[in-house]
Amino acid sequence: MATLTRARDNSKRRPLAVWRWVILLVAAVYFLLPLYAALRFAGLHAFGTVFVQPGFWPSLWLSARLAAMTVLITLALMVPTAVYVHLRLPALRRLLEGITILPIVIPPVVLIIGVLQVAPGVLKASPWLLGLAYVILALPFAYRAIDAGLRALDLKTLTEAAGSLGAGWVTTLWRVLLPNLRTALLSATVLTVALVLGEFTMASLDLFVTFPVWIVQTDQLNAQVSEAASIFALFVTWLFLMLITLIGTRQSRRTGGGQVTLFTVTRTETRGN
Amino acid sequence: MQETETVGTALGSVADADPRVPRSRTAVARKAGRAIGRLAGIIPFGAYVTLGLVIPMIAVGYGAFRDPNTNRLTLGNVNIATHGVYLTGFKESIILSVLASIIPGIFGLLIAYAIFTAKRASLLRQVVITASGVFANFGGVPLAFLFIASFGSTGLATTWLNDLGFNIYDAGFNLYTLSGVVLVYMYFQIPLMVLVILPALEGLRPAWREAAENLGARSWQYWRYVGGPVLLPSFLGCVLLLFGSALSAYATAEALTSGTIPLTSIQIGSFLNGNVQAGQGNVGMALGLGMVVIIAIVMVLYVLLQRRAAKWLR
Repeated sequence: MATLTRARDNSKRRPLAVWRWVILLVAAVYFLLPLYAALRFAGLHAFGTVFVQPGFWPSLWLSARLAAMTVLITLALMVPTAVYVHLRLPALRRLLEGITILPIVIPPVVLIIGVLQVAPGVLKASPWLLGLAYVILALPFAYRAIDAGLRALDLKTLTEAAGSLGAGWVTTLWRVLLPNLRTALLSATVLTVALVLGEFTMASLDLFVTFPVWIVQTDQLNAQVSEAASIFALFVTWLFLMLITLIGTRQSRRTGGGQVTLFTVTRTETRGN
Repeated sequence: MQETETVGTALGSVADADPRVPRSRTAVARKAGRAIGRLAGIIPFGAYVTLGLVIPMIAVGYGAFRDPNTNRLTLGNVNIATHGVYLTGFKESIILSVLASIIPGIFGLLIAYAIFTAKRASLLRQVVITASGVFANFGGVPLAFLFIASFGSTGLATTWLNDLGFNIYDAGFNLYTLSGVVLVYMYFQIPLMVLVILPALEGLRPAWREAAENLGARSWQYWRYVGGPVLLPSFLGCVLLLFGSALSAYATAEALTSGTIPLTSIQIGSFLNGNVQAGQGNVGMALGLGMVVIIAIVMVLYVLLQRRAAKWLR
């Protein structure tokens, strides 16, 4: 049925195909041209010298620890909450979506003022405060990725089957749901890492030299190296995301589940249309 | 979870045993008990958001009305924040955000639709979506630099276009003014739009299009009477989201304009960096409060639109 529809669509939407490629071509030029220009300016040799710059490793190490902390807290907080809301409080899904979108629109520069106002002194002196704040910033992306993963599963059947086999809540979550949510969790992880590796506003105002702050500091001394470092980070993050979705797609094909592409999910069901 | 259920029923059965309690009230009590028990599952999330988002925002709101020297409540901060250069800042921020939400909103929708109609598991689709996830988080000095290298007065694209006989700077474009900042913001706004609008596109059922075609509708008629109206609330909601994202952008604006355009987020940042006159320490919080008020209005509209969109999608 699906193939039939698609075949007919293709014959009917010939002009659309041209239109689609024009749009994608314009987008490709807009997104790749600045990258190319910056690459040309930085020069390939700059990539080799990035790793020996003073401050590179300490800042990257700090950012890596912050990223690990943010990912752990975000997943520990959001996975049970999202599963619970999907199963028990579906009426609240929209509210949860609304709350988790807030950090996109609330200016980080305002949030950090408030956080610095109310945080206890012990936390203020430590970079972990940043990690705790990053969990808030990561909510929009992490929640959407997890939500897409959950929508691809037949959650009710899975939990009921697990329950009827005697599994408790924790066992179900850990041994049934988490393995099924692997792709979604990986997406959430990489998106969170991308966020932490790119977040400048809060880190600089909280006066910690994370990787993005180091990039800006280095920019004043050696713009080429700093550019090479940021393009490198961009590319590596994208590569990881790409790998994850490719592996995830192959897996879901094998298991016959819905296909997860980061935020959206293609269901195989036909009823309800 | 299991426990909360039992607690709920236990409360209910106690009330059942009491003959003086009317039956309907027992049912209500049992229902309420169960609802409260169910809500227990989202306490950790609620607590985290309260501590990390709500309380800091309240602190900003409180600070906006406090005199830092005397600790008394005052309208002075708000008064300063809504006049002169700060008022200009709000105006410029809003103009910038409107432009940097509508234009990328349209482009993002087109790109999302282009990959949505592509084959489901195609490589193209995966590349665009993953790249969107990464680019949506890109910003600050590195992003500003990308555009200085390409669209600066001696940038690559500027030179190329100049060789072709078109000088964009003569045509009124300038990377360090409004037009330039909008162009740069699109670099993270378009990917954000692609990510947030895709779920709405997924909600457009192929069956609707087939039904329209069976009834003899042309493509434009489908969009005018079916697809467009269904998609419009989602589209506007996503544009509002982009508005908030543009308004709250700080690192990119600072790296690019370094004060050539008065923007509220940069003005707040300068208060945090300590570049302010004595006694005005809390004006930054008043500015923050102003932004939160704008955001709150935007979010109310967003929720209303989402509710309307939910009627048809999913």
